[in-house]
Amino acid sequence: MSGPSSYQPKSAFGKWFHERLPIMDLVQGQALDFPTPKNLNYWWAFGAVLAIMLVVQIVTGVVLAMHYTPHVDMAFDSVEHIMRDVNYGWLLRYMHANGASMFFIAVYIHIFRGMYYGSYKAPREVLWMIGVLIYLVMMATAFMGYVLPWGQMSFWGAKVITNLFSAIPFVGNTVTTWLWGGYSVDNPTLNRFFSLHFLLPFVLAGLVGLHIWALHVPGNNNPTGVSVKGSQDTVPFHPYYTMKDAFAIAVFMMFFSAFMFFAPNYLGHAVNYLPANPLSTPAHIVPEWYYLPFYAILRAIPDKLGGVCAMFGSILILFALPWLDTSRVRSGTYRPIFKQIFWLFVLVCIILGFAGSGPPDNYFLSHEAAPPDEWHFTYKLVGQIATICYFAYFFPVLPLLGLLESPKPLPSSISDDVLAKHKPTVPAE
Amino acid sequence: MKMMLKTLVFTVACAGLVATAMAAETQRDAKGISYSFEGPFGTFDKGQLQRGYKIYKEVCSNCHSMRFLSFRNLADHGGPGFTEKQVEALAATFTVKDGPGADGEMFDRPGLPSDRFPAPFANEQAARAANGGAAPPDLSLITKFRPGWFGTINQLINGVGGPNYVYSVLTGYEEPTEEIKKEMPEGKHYNPYFANGQFISMPPPLTDGQVTFDDGAPNKVDDMARDVSAFLAWTAEPKMEERKSMGFMVMIYLAILSTLLYFVKKKIWSDQH
Repeated sequence: MSGPSSYQPKSAFGKWFHERLPIMDLVQGQALDFPTPKNLNYWWAFGAVLAIMLVVQIVTGVVLAMHYTPHVDMAFDSVEHIMRDVNYGWLLRYMHANGASMFFIAVYIHIFRGMYYGSYKAPREVLWMIGVLIYLVMMATAFMGYVLPWGQMSFWGAKVITNLFSAIPFVGNTVTTWLWGGYSVDNPTLNRFFSLHFLLPFVLAGLVGLHIWALHVPGNNNPTGVSVKGSQDTVPFHPYYTMKDAFAIAVFMMFFSAFMFFAPNYLGHAVNYLPANPLSTPAHIVPEWYYLPFYAILRAIPDKLGGVCAMFGSILILFALPWLDTSRVRSGTYRPIFKQIFWLFVLVCIILGFAGSGPPDNYFLSHEAAPPDEWHFTYKLVGQIATICYFAYFFPVLPLLGLLESPKPLPSSISDDVLAKHKPTVPAE
Repeated sequence: MKMMLKTLVFTVACAGLVATAMAAETQRDAKGISYSFEGPFGTFDKGQLQRGYKIYKEVCSNCHSMRFLSFRNLADHGGPGFTEKQVEALAATFTVKDGPGADGEMFDRPGLPSDRFPAPFANEQAARAANGGAAPPDLSLITKFRPGWFGTINQLINGVGGPNYVYSVLTGYEEPTEEIKKEMPEGKHYNPYFANGQFISMPPPLTDGQVTFDDGAPNKVDDMARDVSAFLAWTAEPKMEERKSMGFMVMIYLAILSTLLYFVKKKIWSDQH
């Protein structure tokens, strides 16, 4: 990936170093001079936000690990020790816990942006698939991180999720025992989750490297979806996008800080401040908000194995998205019907989130239990309808839509589009 | 772009409207009394925390432990504001088990500021045995693990209502109706605010005038429930004042930084369109 670098070492040392390790050439070509479409909007800033969030999580996490004790008898107390006795420990922990939520908010916006503007389409399929892989690793990492404080929801959440593997035919129980390191969620489970929670972010960092590499081969997609035709369509990444991203990051940090400093426990579960107790099951076991849509899909299928397959399938289907969407137009801006269906899909995902948040047999968004006899508008039913809609988006809606829809005319180039939008209006005489 | 924003706003608004009803428990919502420490600028009332400490010491600590708190914390910044001399004196009123000494035996000694609050019972079984089968929970984090109310939007606006929960349970004992009386197990008390069903093992712990305060503050059950729930809000979140004041500075810093970055960005892009 030799970029259009104009790097010329300025000093004798620079020249000496460049001949031995041309890393400055890489930086100049890939991070500073990299030609980037000039029409990227702020939805594109979330890639940079995500990179920063990964760094925030790793830095705070490494320091937290210095004070945390991964043992069933001491984990909860060590977290309170961090909150009370470690200098700025409360800040580190709230930053890390809320940082996880912010990471997911940013990644969901990033994914939906890719879906709206067709960033997964040729020639960016591999870039998209690495992204889905990053998302999967993120989910595993966050899940194991939530287990570490060893509160009630940590313990019971771990129990529910690891139990899913027991649905695998024939070897399910063996696999679950192997995952637990015993016959229940216990100290060996906590130890391995801690180890993996420390390891996986670095795997993530590696995957992010591949993601950026795969991005820099075809270059960025853009809101028109029209490929870059020449240098008139692009600007160098620095200073144009470094500054635009820096502004977006600062605004995002304000949003992050609002939660971290003024509602630090809002995105978590209150019951997780109660130490884990294997003998007392909480009234409702619910995962963190960012897993709720998938939890709803899991519960929508009456069969356990079927539910697990649907849940994993709902993420794995994203790998096939580049081939499911048959439209050759990338950007949703020029696809009038797709555009509306896309926003319905976003709504379906939000509804799935709510459907996953309550007891399955209660009336939707109520604490009243529905009688078990007939059909009622319960969390479960809403989850089932939304699950069908979720999968319908990928098949058959997207494949058919690409064939049936007639897109609006595309601009001839990025710069034409930009010029058309900034045409000075002539005042009427 | 416009279309996108419009749909997004609509989606979020829909989600927000329906979300208010969401709840997880069947407990009655806690009473919405207000505290000095609510909101982004709220701070603890030192006098109230000191009174709350006295109520904890004289009433609650007979059955409830406070295992995450040390006596020294009572002099910490952002807390009840006892002086170090006062903390030494007040720690010494507790008896702490220490050892083993040179003779290999455990021994009792007066508390030191560095000691944790001693637990009233040696272990959970002892606590159960002495309290009719129900172990009194540790109170250090109770205002964090017991929400007073539920609902996605409700909790975002009003917080989880942990202190309100404690206040409501303390003042929420009611005479059960004949209907409810039939269901009530022996030795339990009717309290619709309680999180684990409506029957609580703890008898009404406070009576009017039970604890007297040096500053002559009112000591009806209602006043004492306010004071001790405020104290328990502090024990659960002792760095709250530091957190809010730092948050305020961070927000100002980020607001200025974003403004500057916006104009830098604008200047840089001005040659493009």
